[in-house]
Amino acid sequence: MRWECVIGLEIHVQLKTKSKIFSGSSTAYGAMPNTQASYVDAALPGVLPVMNREAAIMAVKFGLAVGAEINQTSIFARKNYFYPDLPKGYQISQFEVPIVGAGSIDISVGEKTKTIGITRAHLEEDAGKSLHEDFQGQTGIDLNRAGTPLLEIVSDPDMRSPAEAVAYLRKIHTLVRYLEICDGNMQEGSFRCDANISMRRPGDELGTRAELKNINSFRFVEKAIEFEIERQIEVLEDGGKVVQETRLYDSDKHETRSMRGKEQAHDYRYFPDPDLPPLVIDSDTLADIKKSLPELPEEKTARFICDYQLSHQEASLLTVDKTTAEFFEAVLEKDSSLTAKLVANWIGGELTARLNKESLTITESAVSAESLALLLSRVNDNTISGKIAKDVFNSMWETGDAPDNIIEAKGLKQISDSGAIESIVDEVLARSVTQVDQYKAGQHKVLGFLVGQIMKESRGKANPAQVNQILKQKLES
Amino acid sequence: MLHTLSLVDLASRLRDRSLSAVELSQHFLDRIDNASKLNAFITVDPEQVRTQAESADQILSTGDSHVLCGIPLAHKDIFCTEGMKTSCGSKMLDNFISPYDATVVKRLANAGMVTLGKTNMDEFAMGSSNETSWYGPVLNPWSEQRVPGGSSGGSAAAVGARLAPIATGTDTGGSIRQPAAFCGLTGLKPSYGRVSRYGMIAFASSLDQAGPIARSCEDAALLLDAMSGHDPLDSTSVNNDPSTASAQLANTISGLRIGLPKQFFEDGIDPEISRAVDVAIETLKSLGATTVEVDLPNSAAGIPCYYVIAPAEASSNLSRFDGVRYGYRCEDPVDLADLYERSRSEGFGAEVKRRIMIGAYALSSGYYDAYYLKAQRIRRLISNDFDTAFEACDVILGPTTPTTAFGLGAKTDDPISMYLNDIFTNTVNLAGLPGLSLPVGFDNAGLPIGMQLIGKFMQESILLNVGHQYQNVTDWHKAIPQEYQA
Repeated sequence: MRWECVIGLEIHVQLKTKSKIFSGSSTAYGAMPNTQASYVDAALPGVLPVMNREAAIMAVKFGLAVGAEINQTSIFARKNYFYPDLPKGYQISQFEVPIVGAGSIDISVGEKTKTIGITRAHLEEDAGKSLHEDFQGQTGIDLNRAGTPLLEIVSDPDMRSPAEAVAYLRKIHTLVRYLEICDGNMQEGSFRCDANISMRRPGDELGTRAELKNINSFRFVEKAIEFEIERQIEVLEDGGKVVQETRLYDSDKHETRSMRGKEQAHDYRYFPDPDLPPLVIDSDTLADIKKSLPELPEEKTARFICDYQLSHQEASLLTVDKTTAEFFEAVLEKDSSLTAKLVANWIGGELTARLNKESLTITESAVSAESLALLLSRVNDNTISGKIAKDVFNSMWETGDAPDNIIEAKGLKQISDSGAIESIVDEVLARSVTQVDQYKAGQHKVLGFLVGQIMKESRGKANPAQVNQILKQKLES
Repeated sequence: MLHTLSLVDLASRLRDRSLSAVELSQHFLDRIDNASKLNAFITVDPEQVRTQAESADQILSTGDSHVLCGIPLAHKDIFCTEGMKTSCGSKMLDNFISPYDATVVKRLANAGMVTLGKTNMDEFAMGSSNETSWYGPVLNPWSEQRVPGGSSGGSAAAVGARLAPIATGTDTGGSIRQPAAFCGLTGLKPSYGRVSRYGMIAFASSLDQAGPIARSCEDAALLLDAMSGHDPLDSTSVNNDPSTASAQLANTISGLRIGLPKQFFEDGIDPEISRAVDVAIETLKSLGATTVEVDLPNSAAGIPCYYVIAPAEASSNLSRFDGVRYGYRCEDPVDLADLYERSRSEGFGAEVKRRIMIGAYALSSGYYDAYYLKAQRIRRLISNDFDTAFEACDVILGPTTPTTAFGLGAKTDDPISMYLNDIFTNTVNLAGLPGLSLPVGFDNAGLPIGMQLIGKFMQESILLNVGHQYQNVTDWHKAIPQEYQA
């Protein structure tokens, strides 16, 4: 009998506010330890939290984007536990009444589309960090991250494979960056997730789950879940029972390890935080936030398919993040005679390859949307071939020069003068007697060789369509 | 006799320069020195006093100063004071020098007041006798065998013995009003949110309020006006302008309706207290007030309700004292658990530990509904009782405490009997209302008797007005213990 896995994710999204959720300290990443920790963050005696409204607005944006109920009055609660990087001895979170209630989001895996339920999303503060490396026999505490606003997004246990889990995670990742509420940087921990996994026979009740903590990349999510599924199946098939516990994924060893069992589970003694009044989002504010929502990924994909006649795959590729989509539209805006397909191919091909090679995002591209439009215009009006355009693109990237200057300086203009092409064709044919004979004997595949020779002779500049036409004419005459 | 002059009189002498702030503060420093046996102060820093007084004199000489400029005061050691030890009466914070001023401290310093020192208190404000302090008990200036009340016992003893003209206190369940009653003083717990809690070390966040412990309603009004007002650093502070109680002291109280809850006059109250309160009621009637009986049916639930909510909040508020960043840390911890366990068990005293345990229990899973949630429902009922009662009256009146000051050590082994001392005061905190205690006589042993006035939300000016009118025709508030008169 087969096993079915049941997966639910808790995603921690670090909200992109300038200051922390309950203090005025900066949230910028990478500062010297404890230089961004105020008296409030360090929980000195007597200090009090003051809510940063910006974080609430960001949470509401997310809620609206996943069609969730917004609780216009939500409550902050204290989650009590002792840990050195938790200065107050409690984390301010939301428990019984979170700001975002039930919603959902659609994911696609292969051809299949599926709706994943979102149970809730609540605001909370991040903890600091323990630094074990730099201190012999001691632990240092860095409170720079303490109090950074987080939105914890809890899914329903709706995913049935590691691939679905990754698709859901990616979908949320794209969404929060579209909404500009999170920078999505997984390395810096701005976007991280815990996974709840259990196994059952299809149709049975939910099995006992294990929770995998703090998984920090899409690849690890897939691997960690895969490992955990195998582990649980092994336990179950050996006649054992899965125990409810928290496990840690070790990406070096590719395994999960028990962190704490149910009996060591904390009793967090949640209760409403008496220092913070209920968080109220009045109807006017809610309406304003609704109005301010940007075009969301799905709407954008649909529009791209419809307006630009792109395939679903092309459109999805361009809308995976907002900046890529904006880049695409900026190119077309600069030169409306360009075809969307050409632009899409260039962004998905040359540009993406170069960005990946240099580990840059599209906003950091050395070739701007305007410059790319100029280059593609030259392909479009047959000044250069697509192949030459790739060389020009590389020069543009390196020198920052305009495409026309590079074409001019390097003499890359396409030869479209049929007389000039004809003389190159004649020259090549004259020295390729063998191949000409082969062609005439019916071996038409030598045509490729001949075209290659001609292009080589023209240093790639001959208009390939004309070359083909003239060559065929000559061979068949 | 500078220590017998009212704040208004002192202010006028400071302004006409017949008295300097330096002279005035020195007078009180000397008195503090001579009365060290009372143990009213934890920290006194004469050098800082002098610096502050000199700067007050400078401002006074320009003629453009706040009415309280140059007047010395004592702060309960629960308020953070920059550069000065802020112990909260605990070994846990014996080494804690605050890097910042509480909003209350800052506001009064900005007015030009001079901080004489920090007063003794029950540890983390948990106590009704000032006997839980790590710095030892405070003695009642009216009788050294008696407690001064608590938790603001140091502030009350200091003002009672005229070691300071006025002091700040905090009140979570009676901690300003009960010691004021025990020491023959006027103490006001303002409405919840009237005074900023920023920088005031939290005991029970939804109940804590800071207020004045003074010799008269007139003095108390001046301090309240200066310390109150919205503070953006405290999200629970009410978005209102500062109080203007001083300007309303002279209002007539003719036609005032005084509600007398039958629950406050039942058995168990010292008959001498009843008698004194009855006489005070007659005095108020002679000033034009009328009385009406009101009902506070859920009063009896006040103590159990309070002793669930306050410890619950405290158990969480006191988690930050973990030996990691500041405060007491045990020696040579072997690991993290040892660091927490020993720092906290060695740093906290017995009463604090008792309340942390009660509170953690009340919040724990499986007990939360039965204790914490139920207590919150009772709290709502208590609050509703007051709302109903206030439909028939303007203020509610009763004794502040069921007894006068009890003997040192008399209740230390019996926490319940100690808790019952707050029976008339802690429902006021649960409802977030203002409460004023003022002296209305002495018992046969010569100990002061306190009477409490409870007002509607944000109406402390009416309480102070009524109290002031009463003090205009009585002298109880002027009484000074024999030893401290000169």
